[in-house]
Amino acid sequence: MSRFLAPLILIALLLAGWELLVRVLGVPTYVLPPPSAIGLALIDRAPVLAGSALQTFWMALQALAVAAVLGGGLAVAISLSPIAERAVRPLAVTLQVTPIVAIAPLVLIWAGLDNADRAVIALAAAVAFYPLFSGVLSGLKSADPDLERLFDLYGANRLQRLVRLRLPAALPASLEGLRVATGLAVIGAVVAEFVSGSGATQGLAWRLLEAGNRLRTAELLAALVCLAALGLALNAAVQAFERAVLRQGQRR
Amino acid sequence: MASPRPASGGPDRAASLTDVTVSFRGRPPLGPYDLTVARGEIVAVVGASGAGKSTLLRLLAGLEAPSGGCVVRASGGTTGFVFQSPTLMPWADALTNVTLPLDIAGVPRTGARQRASAALQAVGLGDRLTARPGQLSGGMAMRVSLARALVTDPDLLLLDEPFAALDSITRRALIEDLHRLWTARHPAMVFVTHDVEEAVYLAARIVVLDSRTGRPVADIASPGPLPRPDRWRADSGYREAVEAVATALAAAMDPAR
Repeated sequence: MSRFLAPLILIALLLAGWELLVRVLGVPTYVLPPPSAIGLALIDRAPVLAGSALQTFWMALQALAVAAVLGGGLAVAISLSPIAERAVRPLAVTLQVTPIVAIAPLVLIWAGLDNADRAVIALAAAVAFYPLFSGVLSGLKSADPDLERLFDLYGANRLQRLVRLRLPAALPASLEGLRVATGLAVIGAVVAEFVSGSGATQGLAWRLLEAGNRLRTAELLAALVCLAALGLALNAAVQAFERAVLRQGQRR
Repeated sequence: MASPRPASGGPDRAASLTDVTVSFRGRPPLGPYDLTVARGEIVAVVGASGAGKSTLLRLLAGLEAPSGGCVVRASGGTTGFVFQSPTLMPWADALTNVTLPLDIAGVPRTGARQRASAALQAVGLGDRLTARPGQLSGGMAMRVSLARALVTDPDLLLLDEPFAALDSITRRALIEDLHRLWTARHPAMVFVTHDVEEAVYLAARIVVLDSRTGRPVADIASPGPLPRPDRWRADSGYREAVEAVATALAAAMDPAR
């Protein structure tokens, strides 16, 4: 219980201090509203914020799924051929180092302005792609070299080697990649939404922009709180998924 | 991947290396290896660390391509390999690990699992079929590894310092097991070790490798029938053979030679 108690007390103290300082110093609310105002904004705007959070959550999740299928699939495909790996790796790194903001306008044009959410998913997937690709690929290559020799000895074909040795060996590194990709997918979705910026997507990033433009700082911070909560929720979902996968592996 | 050629000379030969050399980038070549292993024979290979003992085994298994010379393997037989560590798949239980060679060979599932569980019984682990490698002691894990190597009923069993990491009591027990399993099916065995006494007790023949080139420099017989009772360690034949191998090993490691 004290595991939760200690951080909760700290948060309560920080909030109380914040509230007190803002009131005593008379800081204008458009610069820094007190926590109570943010709380009120959260309650006041709850339906809108919840809808937007759901929208962002859903887009990030789809992006993660797309990145997992493409990144994992590509990693498995090129693990079967060293030449393919040498050919693909520079391209994958290029994708990783290219700032997402720079390719966003292009992707928006391709997706069509009516389909801004598709562009957001594509951009978030592009950001989440590399850790998944790289995690699965390094996992596939992490199998015990003596086990690889054993598969050589018994004349295993590529499929047997992949299914019985490399995929199970790749699981921990793949899950690690997924964890990194989850955080990046949320960041990617928010950045992409910022760039698309027209309100065509109704995610949390749009709520941030909207409130910011109107100097409704309390609403802005309320949206930020929702975004943090969303990140935590997605993280928890991925961790639950990991545990389920690992437990399944244990039972088999 | 070098696949050993089928035997051309003599049905009594399990495997042989003739004038085989191996080159690794940036290192002087190993060899030449000349070694013939008869069917059902137990050969121990001793040598300093880095003398190419593992390379010799990999050559016999067809896991290393020779850069010169000739590797001959009796046709039709399978090879079992036991590594220095148990080398089990940590995500799979003992039975699945032992079934692996049959699985890869396409043996139908039911039959394969029956054979694997019989192999595990033969090493005394009939009650640990569903245990994962992480739940087994070092000696047990090595027994699983041994069962996996024997499940295909190989005519050649290669062991690369398999018991080096185990305590001496477990080690003796596993040597007894190995003799017992050998008595049942008589596979030819090549057993790499750096322990002279283990080599003499286990094998009928001890080959000593040169510490730099890996070339076999001595071939010493260990007298007496196999398997041996434990009290044979007090026998004069045993002590003489240990002395002879130790002397040859010291000579093979002498840098001034």
